[in-house]
Amino acid sequence: MAHEHHHDHDPHAPVNEAHGMRPDSVLLERALRELLIEKNVFTASEIQRQIELTESRNPELGARVVARAWVDPRYKARLLEDAKAAIESLLGIDLNLTPDLIVVENTPQLHHVICCTLCSCYPRAVLGIPPAWYKSPEYRSRLVIEPRAVLAEFGTALADDVEVRVVDSTADTRYMVLPRRPRHTERMSEAELVALVTRDSMIGVTLVPEPQP
Amino acid sequence: MPRGVHDLGGLPAGPVDLSEHDRTFFDQRVDAMMRLLTHPQNGHYTVDAMRRAIESLPRDDYFGLGYYERWVRAIRQLALEKGLISEDELERKLAAIQPSEPNK
Amino acid sequence: MKPCFAPGDPVRVRFAEPPGHCRTPYYLRGKRGVIERLIGTYPNPEQLAYHRIGVPYQPLYQVTFGFDAVWGRTEHNVTISAAIYQHWLEQSE
Repeated sequence: MAHEHHHDHDPHAPVNEAHGMRPDSVLLERALRELLIEKNVFTASEIQRQIELTESRNPELGARVVARAWVDPRYKARLLEDAKAAIESLLGIDLNLTPDLIVVENTPQLHHVICCTLCSCYPRAVLGIPPAWYKSPEYRSRLVIEPRAVLAEFGTALADDVEVRVVDSTADTRYMVLPRRPRHTERMSEAELVALVTRDSMIGVTLVPEPQP
Repeated sequence: MPRGVHDLGGLPAGPVDLSEHDRTFFDQRVDAMMRLLTHPQNGHYTVDAMRRAIESLPRDDYFGLGYYERWVRAIRQLALEKGLISEDELERKLAAIQPSEPNK
Repeated sequence: MKPCFAPGDPVRVRFAEPPGHCRTPYYLRGKRGVIERLIGTYPNPEQLAYHRIGVPYQPLYQVTFGFDAVWGRTEHNVTISAAIYQHWLEQSE
């Protein structure tokens, strides 16, 4: 089954429904939040600012990094060598307190795909909140043992001569994929390329789609 | 310790559900609390402590609860462990909000 | 701790079942791989998890494993890469 994930850059507006949640979870969240605010562990406005910061991180940031790397070989070299510094300088964001970041390059011979079998490690600084499937037991269990089957569920078929490398984010680093630049994009501007890059291609479960003629 | 409840690599599982989920305000607040508590400059506890608390949930909770429902329980455990709040205070707070107007 | 492995070194992940939190996935324990590179040196997460400071800091390596070395069967052209702390690694022939 093919799934379209074009333009999932737009963060969906949050919804105020607790679908399938236990009532005690809702109470516990409120109790902890109120208590920790009363205790000056944090303030209500710090929570609000943190939410805004989190919402400001979304896959468009990653897409801008990818597009620049496609058009500027020297930038790409810096990105693969020291991702954090290259991303900070391009996007003007501060990654000092976020986990280390490694960008892995997909080529015609080697296709990286990212997962976290132990929890949900994800390059949030450049891709935002991980999709639900990334955190699901199914993805976390299966990608390392049957990656081609899992990729097929995303509609991605890779030739046998392409090495599939599953990267399990086990420790202090997060990984982002630099996907291959698709064909027929030679004349596109950098901004047009940004719009082409999907979140899922930067996780490695899909390829960047060729532009529609 | 044999394989932890969270340690899923290679275990049999069904197809991946690719549907996208909207975040709720609950998700956002729990996420923000966790970020603030584990922020290196605040130093209340580390991401690894958070992971440890989540991993030590009973199996039924680990798989039965939503992602951020697991987190909120881990936040409770660590806030108590680190003495940021006491059991007593938490119980009194829960009792006070129990009749529950809808969560804002 | 000083790094004691270099890119290209064959290594084996120790097989162990320590109590408590650790970041070495079960499916890679006891498996052979090759050091791809040193990522850096980090506080030991097994201690951070219990509010300790994580000394000695541990070198962390990107290690690549062949599919058959992990799962004991062949899957065409698949490798697995993971970050493993030095205290979980030993030399392999």
